[in-house]
Amino acid sequence: MEPLLAIRGLNVRFGPSERPVPAVADVDLDVAPQEIVGIAGESGSGKSTLCGAIMRTLVRTARVSGEVMFSGRSLLTLNDGEMARLRGRELSMVLQNPMTSLDPLYTIGNQVEEVLRERRRDGAGLRPGGAIEVLRRVHLTAPELRVRQYPHQLSGGMRQRVLVGMATAAAPKLLIADEPTTALDASIQDEILILFRELRETAGSAVIIVTHDLSAIRRLSDRVVVMYAGRIVEEGPTGEVFRAPRHPYTRALLASLPRIEGDEVHLEPIPGQVPDLASLPPGCAFAARCPVAKDICRGQRPPESVVADRHRLFCWRAEETA
Amino acid sequence: MSATSEGSGLGPFRRRFTWGRGGRPPIVATTICVILVIAALAGRNFITLAPDEVDFTAILTPPVWIEGGSWEHLLGTDQLGRDMLSRLVAGARISLLTACAAVIAGGTIGIALGLTAGYLGGLAEAVIMRVVDAFLALPFILMALAFVAALGTGVGNIIIVMVLTNWARYARLVRSEVVLIKQRDFVLLARVAGLNRRAIALRHILPNVLTSILVLAILDVGRAIILESSLSFLGLGIQPPDVSWGLTLAEGRTYMTVAWWLTLWPGVAIVLAVMSFNAVGEWLKARFDPRGQL
Repeated sequence: MEPLLAIRGLNVRFGPSERPVPAVADVDLDVAPQEIVGIAGESGSGKSTLCGAIMRTLVRTARVSGEVMFSGRSLLTLNDGEMARLRGRELSMVLQNPMTSLDPLYTIGNQVEEVLRERRRDGAGLRPGGAIEVLRRVHLTAPELRVRQYPHQLSGGMRQRVLVGMATAAAPKLLIADEPTTALDASIQDEILILFRELRETAGSAVIIVTHDLSAIRRLSDRVVVMYAGRIVEEGPTGEVFRAPRHPYTRALLASLPRIEGDEVHLEPIPGQVPDLASLPPGCAFAARCPVAKDICRGQRPPESVVADRHRLFCWRAEETA
Repeated sequence: MSATSEGSGLGPFRRRFTWGRGGRPPIVATTICVILVIAALAGRNFITLAPDEVDFTAILTPPVWIEGGSWEHLLGTDQLGRDMLSRLVAGARISLLTACAAVIAGGTIGIALGLTAGYLGGLAEAVIMRVVDAFLALPFILMALAFVAALGTGVGNIIIVMVLTNWARYARLVRSEVVLIKQRDFVLLARVAGLNRRAIALRHILPNVLTSILVLAILDVGRAIILESSLSFLGLGIQPPDVSWGLTLAEGRTYMTVAWWLTLWPGVAIVLAVMSFNAVGEWLKARFDPRGQL
């Protein structure tokens, strides 16, 4: 099937051009219509920068190169006006921090209606109760009351529902959720995640969900992309990757989840630290922390190995880790 | 009986009358401001004597409570027999009119340029802010003198001069606030929701800087009154037959030893007006700008 989003050779660099800091390097990624893709990785692995590059919301000093094709249009070459018209309609985003993402001066209803108004500029007029309908769809309790309230009167979970509602009001083809549950209580996280799944069913949207919460990815996504130091290290169907991870980093990441065996809680942190993006080693960025690294890992960048249908990784030991 | 209200610290009645940040509002200053505004707007309806009505039979009449004073001229008359009270009221009109016009026009220009500079950044910001720096570097009386010399006197020109000397402060404040606010998540949300830049700037950034601007504007009224009075006192501002406090003060100077009321009343009017607007402004600042950026 023709992918909805096709990213080829995407690079994002910050800093001076003589000494660039590559926040995202050589990323290729396809997202099919109605697919849910989870992007996992530690802080600083380039997940959020990747989202920003797709949405074109990065700071002006970021240098983005490569190609991002979204339903037949090349996003990186659109002018600002065309990009603005695409955002919120076909391409939408849920931000990380619901506490600060709503304008404190306007009521919830005002802000939802503002978004609806933008959508309908070319189509029919604004229906009364449109905002309430949006809030009802994301299961916000007492939507009639909420539309008259200000953001500070709502809890974090409620605000995140509002944001999800706003982002999905136009049934976008692709929704990018950048750590949508990080700022929320554990008990609320599940409910928000379920919304994304519902959205796929009702609106037919594809979803890219970025998170360091691996359990969220496991439950929600069809496919998982693991990033490390700005590069994709492994990508594959969620079940397969979680059952039999191939890249040593993916394995370490999964092993670092707390496990409860009997009365004991096991924690296996990944030894070492995330490398400094400004001075990456010539070879595999994970080599310094990798338990199975050999000489070539430190000297040369690993090539792509396709190990199964739609399952690929970047590791010199790809054959041996099966 | 009163156990519940005592138990909760402040009863509902007390709580309602406890002032928040900034403490109690300055009641005297607010009252003076209100009186001045009423005098400026409607004073002519209460005063029967025209401020420029010359009466040679009543030259230098002292105020009513001093021997020789008359009820016809409550605050006395000047060297041409003109009623001091009506001249003060007429002066309030000119002073407040020029001050408010200068603040509103200068504020509007400053807000527009500051918003443009802060939101667009880049070359627009560099150019606008260098011009702002240049305007802020000049001592404002000196700049005002230069502009008056170039443009000439009169109410309209005085307002233009005052706008030229105050817009830069608004531009600087607005720009610094905009730079902060455009980093906020709700601005990013507006972007990813597909709003265009104009809508974001006008609907989400501008309203969030307006509180600071209003505080600066009130404080600026006092400053503008001083500037207008100074220029008029120096003979570079309002010209006769228009009436201004600074001008009245300058005209009465010659008679200071024989008729103190010619200089005292306009002097007191200027001091009270400026102090009152400053007190109200300071209170608003304490209430709405606790970080003290203004």
